[in-house]
Amino acid sequence: MTAMILKGKDADWEIVCGLEIHCQIISKSKIYSGASTHYGSEVNENVSFVDAGMPGMLPTLNEQCVYQAVKTGLALNCHINQYSAFARKNYFYADLPQGYQITQDKFPLVGEGKVEIELEDGSKKEIGIERIHIEQDAAKSIHDISPTKTFIDLNRCGVGLMELVTKPDFRSPEEAGAFLKKLRSIVRYLGTCDGNMDEGSMRCDASVSIRKVGETTLRPRAEMKNVNSVKFAMQAIEYEARRQLELYDNGEVMEQQTRKFDAVKGITEFLRKKEFADDYRYFPEPDLLPLVLSDEYIANIKKEMPELPDEKKHRFVEKLGLTPYDAEVICEDKETAAFFEEAAQGHDAKKTANWLMGDFFAMLNEKKLSLSESPISAKNLGSLVELVSKNVINGKTAKDVFVIMAETGKAPEVIVEEKGLKQVTDTSAIEKIVDEVLASSADNVAAYKAGKVNLMGWFVGQVMKASQGKANPAVVNQLLKQKLG
Amino acid sequence: MTDLTKLTIAQARAGLDKGEFSAKELTQAYIDNMEAKRNLNAYVCEVPEKALAQAEAAQTAISKGEAKDLTGIPLGIKDLFCTKGITTTACSNIIKNFVPPYESTVSQKLLDAGAVFLGKLNLDEFAMGSSTETSCFGPTINPWSKDVPLTPGGSSGGSAAAVAADMCMAATGTDTGGSIRQPASLCGVTGIKPTYGRCSRYGIIAFASSLDQAGPIAKTVEDCAIMLKNMAGYDAKDSTSENKEVPDFTKFLNGNVKGMKIGIPQEYRNDGLNEEVAKYWDKAAAMLKDMGAEIVDISLPHSKYALATYYIIMPAETSSNLARYDGLRYGIRVDGKTLDEMYINSRTKGFGTEVKRRIMMGTYVLSAGYYDAYFVKAQKVRRLIRNDFIEAFKKCDVILTPATTGAAFPIGDKTMHENPINMWLNDLFTVAVSLAGLPAMSLPIGLNSQGLPLGMQIIGQPFDEQRVFEASSALEKQVGFVRR
Repeated sequence: MTAMILKGKDADWEIVCGLEIHCQIISKSKIYSGASTHYGSEVNENVSFVDAGMPGMLPTLNEQCVYQAVKTGLALNCHINQYSAFARKNYFYADLPQGYQITQDKFPLVGEGKVEIELEDGSKKEIGIERIHIEQDAAKSIHDISPTKTFIDLNRCGVGLMELVTKPDFRSPEEAGAFLKKLRSIVRYLGTCDGNMDEGSMRCDASVSIRKVGETTLRPRAEMKNVNSVKFAMQAIEYEARRQLELYDNGEVMEQQTRKFDAVKGITEFLRKKEFADDYRYFPEPDLLPLVLSDEYIANIKKEMPELPDEKKHRFVEKLGLTPYDAEVICEDKETAAFFEEAAQGHDAKKTANWLMGDFFAMLNEKKLSLSESPISAKNLGSLVELVSKNVINGKTAKDVFVIMAETGKAPEVIVEEKGLKQVTDTSAIEKIVDEVLASSADNVAAYKAGKVNLMGWFVGQVMKASQGKANPAVVNQLLKQKLG
Repeated sequence: MTDLTKLTIAQARAGLDKGEFSAKELTQAYIDNMEAKRNLNAYVCEVPEKALAQAEAAQTAISKGEAKDLTGIPLGIKDLFCTKGITTTACSNIIKNFVPPYESTVSQKLLDAGAVFLGKLNLDEFAMGSSTETSCFGPTINPWSKDVPLTPGGSSGGSAAAVAADMCMAATGTDTGGSIRQPASLCGVTGIKPTYGRCSRYGIIAFASSLDQAGPIAKTVEDCAIMLKNMAGYDAKDSTSENKEVPDFTKFLNGNVKGMKIGIPQEYRNDGLNEEVAKYWDKAAAMLKDMGAEIVDISLPHSKYALATYYIIMPAETSSNLARYDGLRYGIRVDGKTLDEMYINSRTKGFGTEVKRRIMMGTYVLSAGYYDAYFVKAQKVRRLIRNDFIEAFKKCDVILTPATTGAAFPIGDKTMHENPINMWLNDLFTVAVSLAGLPAMSLPIGLNSQGLPLGMQIIGQPFDEQRVFEASSALEKQVGFVRR
């Protein structure tokens, strides 16, 4: 069980939480205009007459956004609605030039579905998806340039969004966190959203209420806006649940409301009561026809689905012999998984995984590099594993070679060659060193023979040292055992 | 030399191509007439220099034998069509100085066909009205006025008046609930609202998007055919424009109605119907019958709800479409202490009474708690109205009704202004057609006892403008209406 139970004065309480997640769709142009979605352009550079809400301008639907949302829906095991329709959500704000947002209301593109999350204790849980609809993003208001003025950047205005709404299935912050990570991983695999919560390309609102364990109805909830990291979402949910518990324990009334999470203070703050909520006056968008998808259209997207994290993880465990934990870590990020697959190509996958998750990640961390900036290529990491497997170098030398690879970016073969690090497997050469070591440490030989068998390690160390680390440890062991009887 | 402004497009085309007069002479004649008749207030913006330059280019094309349908033909453009580099106001204070950096698809098509633009024509503010009286530039005067100034109808009142007064050869109009057909009728000219989706709405300032359609107002049925042929067509920039081939409407003007079934909706013939209008309706039916058409009774039982339905759906869309006029990006801005206050000040000053009335009605019918009772119900009734027509068209090819309930009324008419519903009743015969998205033509049938024109409406099936043209051309020939 991963539910979080809160101990109240006279009862145990459980959390009921649902998430609404806005994912910016990856597409070259905006959802209803031909303007570019390029991030980081000059302010107000990517703005068409449609985006600016000019008189007489009409939206046209970008098919790529539909494609991306259907793909995402399929990956989340959702029903794809072959009939969906657009609606206008009306409100006045400076970052919304048309005075309405073109979204979907009664007929979303994607219907119900479910996603399995895996929790730290190894248990699994299914989270229901209510719907995913597509809509336009608003522009960006910039309040900090002038104390009296607000500046508007319309570049973001009209960028496609998928709004995903879950069922209120989360019973703990951990579950919500696991879902967000899973969703982020899936959309990144699909290439439908880059999932960067800190840049705002994935934004989360969390609805939280609590109820006594055993109750079946829902109590009033608080909706928390823009909790913009997995960690913040988890913090916000927990804080809010405890805040509500305190209200109930003090006999106070919990009213439906909108709050915001203050990441610095780690608390949620009141924004507005539900009764002051805007009346958005939704109605069917007369400028866009209903969207009707053919069986064939959906079937074609199904055919183009990439291997998803769960499938990949399963394959890594079953076919490549990775532990479930290693597979989970490697598969969370599509690029890491691809790097691993390239590195492990033709080599020992398990050992490659060990290198990747050990020295390699530690090196990236230490150098503060992303995977794509790694000085060690996947191919070279694989070669290093291969050199050890083929006894060309031993494990200890490999660690040294790795350090040089990280510094120079050179291939391990080249480093081994240049530095003369090739492992000595010639028994006669090693035997000569073994004999020298034994001859020069008669005392220890005697002690060993008298029963101090743990001196074996010391002998091995001496031989390795004398061979400058190049002796094959297995051969050294074997010879020492022979000679010491 | 004949008065060039009296010519139809078809006649002018022949004259230009034969070299009887030049495109510049033709345009100059219209410019002179525009100046002479400025008292009618048909134009809100005149662009004579641009027009003459276009005429010159047209003449070059004509001389090279490269004339198209409208090469050198001087047109007036309703000021709801965005025209690149020419002020486009919707006759509203809120965007009185707006100069679009783009051209509407329909006006671009006309330019591509060689047309000369004389200027922008008056309309009711944002096309909301039936008299041009809500225009921020003041009303247009109907050229048929005698002692008392009459309205030309609306909203395309400037267009209808300009065509009737020979201030342009033809004009563009838009029709949401009757805005082409009613003024055409009141000014004794012809106009057609094509099927919804026939013309692109791109670049036309939106009023009620599910109803707005562009169409021509011209001197004759033939001129309407030439104009519409050059205005219609699929446009990828308007998702609601239909990807259908545009027939050459000029091929459907032979006036042959033999065997054509003309439907007469019984419900439209209520007790309140103006006697003269009823008499002309009978006369029109008799004329068509004489020419070999068959008259059939049809029923449009839900049409009586059309006006009420229209006055829910139209304002709902209006309230949303006009939200963009908020004082932020273009148009007038009246500052306030807060953003909301700036919105309120700008919109209070920028919009006229009728526009505000419709924004408020629309906001109301869409608001939580009223949406189902009003908007959803109106959408259902709209479907029933459309179904009525589908049923009726199983029995007939086109439908004949009066275009309006009466002739032109005086500017400032008290009954209209004290109770706006009286003004809205002008659309009685035209709104059902708009709600059903059907094509319909308005053409003159004769003069009433006061010597003012009355019009008939011929309604067709979706994307069957052809038979509308056939029936209209037959009736036109028979009526022999003498233009002013």
